[in-house]
Amino acid sequence: MSNAWQPTCSIESLRLRAKLLQKIRSYFSARDVLEVETPLLSHSCGTDPYLDFFTTTYEYAAQSNKLFLQASPEFAMKRLLCAGSGSIYQICKAFRKGESGRFHNPEFTMLEWYRVGYNLDHLMDDVEDLLVFLSKESLSLSTTEKYSYREVFTNVTGLDPFVFSVEQYSAFVIKHNRAEALTICGHDHNLWLDFIFSHYVQPSLGLSGFCLVYGYPATQSSLARINIENPEIVDRVEVFFKGVELGNGYYELQDAQEQNQRFDNEIQVRQEIGCPLVVKDDRLISALYEGLPDCSGIAIGLDRLLMILTESVSIDDVLSFSIQRA
Amino acid sequence: MGGLHYNGYVYIVCHLEEKMAIYSTNEFKSGLKVMLDNDPCAIIENEFVKPGKGQAFNRVKIRNLKTGRVIERTFKSGDSLESADVVDVEMQYLYNDGEFRHFMTPESFEQYQCDAKAVGDASKWLKDQDMCTVTLWNDAPLSVTPTNFVELTIVETDPGVRGDTSGGGGKPATLDTGAVVRVPLFVQQGEMIKVDTRTGEYISRVKE
Repeated sequence: MSNAWQPTCSIESLRLRAKLLQKIRSYFSARDVLEVETPLLSHSCGTDPYLDFFTTTYEYAAQSNKLFLQASPEFAMKRLLCAGSGSIYQICKAFRKGESGRFHNPEFTMLEWYRVGYNLDHLMDDVEDLLVFLSKESLSLSTTEKYSYREVFTNVTGLDPFVFSVEQYSAFVIKHNRAEALTICGHDHNLWLDFIFSHYVQPSLGLSGFCLVYGYPATQSSLARINIENPEIVDRVEVFFKGVELGNGYYELQDAQEQNQRFDNEIQVRQEIGCPLVVKDDRLISALYEGLPDCSGIAIGLDRLLMILTESVSIDDVLSFSIQRA
Repeated sequence: MGGLHYNGYVYIVCHLEEKMAIYSTNEFKSGLKVMLDNDPCAIIENEFVKPGKGQAFNRVKIRNLKTGRVIERTFKSGDSLESADVVDVEMQYLYNDGEFRHFMTPESFEQYQCDAKAVGDASKWLKDQDMCTVTLWNDAPLSVTPTNFVELTIVETDPGVRGDTSGGGGKPATLDTGAVVRVPLFVQQGEMIKVDTRTGEYISRVKE
C-alpha cells in the first residue's frame, strides 16, 4: 500500500510549529502590533518578472473573474496601513508556481509585518530581536552580523557589484569553474549579480548566527525606497542563516507615482521575456495616493525558519504534507 | 512515410523515429539521462536556487556516462536538455576475442561487442557466461557494470599460516579473471570466493 497519505514531517515537528506560532504571537502582542488577515485570492497580483502566479476563476453575477493566489500579502497589508491600521502582522500562506526543491514548496507559510515609524535600521533591530527570541532555546547563536551588500559581495568575490564589468565578472566565474554563467547572464548586470550572489556570496552568510544584508543595488529595488544619501542603493534588507535566505524587507516606498512606474516597467519586462500576463494592483496604487505612513516591513519564510530550528535537510521535513502529498 | 502533393510532384516525407524528449530543469530528477555537451549524462542531484527577488537557477550535479566524471553545472530555471537514449540491459558475457568482449541478451540472443574503453574496470570481474549490465547509448555499448557480487576462483596465492581463521592481516590472491584481491590467510589456491565488485573486497569462501 502507498504511504502517500502520511505526513512528510514528524508529529514532533507539528508541535514545534505550533510553539513557534505561539511565540510569534506573544512577541507582537507584547509590542502592540495587530494581527490581521487579508485575502489569499485577489483580482490582481505582483508584477515581479521572476514570480509565477497560480490563478483560478470564480463566477459571480454572470461574470467570470480571474483571481490570483497571492505570492505575498504585501499589497493588501499596505492597503490596511494606508487605511490607518497602524503596525500590523500576518501569518499566512503564500503561493509561488514552479518553485519546488529542498528549500521551496509552491505553497508556504509566511510571516509578514509592518512597523509604522520604523526606518530600515529600526526594522533590522526588530528582526534580530524576533529571530533571536524564537531560536535561542533551540540554537546556540553567535551575534547577528550586519553587512552592506557591497561589503559582503566584495569581501567574498573581490568584485564590485556596483561597477559592471563583464570581463571581471567572467574571469571570476571561469576561475571558479562556472563558465556557463557567461551564456546565462550575457550583458545583464542584474543577472550577473543574482548568479554570483546566489552561488558564491550567499552560501557563506550566517554560518553561526543570523546575518542581515542591507543596501541592495537600486536596480533590485522592488518595493523599497531609494536610499536618501546614495541613489545607487535601496533600503532593502535580506536575512540569511547558514546560507539560506529567510526573509526580505524594505523601508517601504511611499511614492505612488514611482511605485506605479516600477509596476509598469516590470510589466514591460514580463512581456519582453514572455511571462504570463499579470493584472496590476490599481487598488494599491490608489491607497498609496491616499498616503502610506512612514514604515518598514519584512516577510520571513516560517517553514525555512523551522528547518533551521530543527536542522532539517528538506522543507518537506517541516511540512505536514508537501506538494507531492497535498 | 507519407506522400505530399505539391506542384504536381509527389514528395516523399520520411519521418525519422525521433523519440528525443526535452526535459526542463524542473523535471531533472536523479537518474534522468540527458545530453550535455554532446555526451550522454545522468543527473545525480538537482538543487533549485532562487533569490527571493531575482532569477532562479538550478545547480545540477551530473555524471558524464562516457567518462564517468562528475561535474557541476548551473542552468537558468526553465532551460532544458534533450534526453539521451540510454538504457541498461542485462546481458550475458560470452568471450573475449582479444580486441572486443562479446555480450548477448538472453531473451533475443542479440549480440553486442564492447571495446576496452567501454568495458573499463568491469573487465577484471567478468567471467565467461556471467550476467552483467551493459549500458547502451543509441544501441551502442557505453559501459559495463558487473553484478555487485561475483564468485571467482583463486588461481594463485601464497599458502597461508595453518590455524589462522581470524582473517586479520590477509594476503593478495589472483583470481581467474586476473583481478587481485586481499583474502584472509586461511583461504587457499583453487578455492572459489565471493567478492564485492563495488569495493573489490573479499566477502567469503563459496562452498561448492
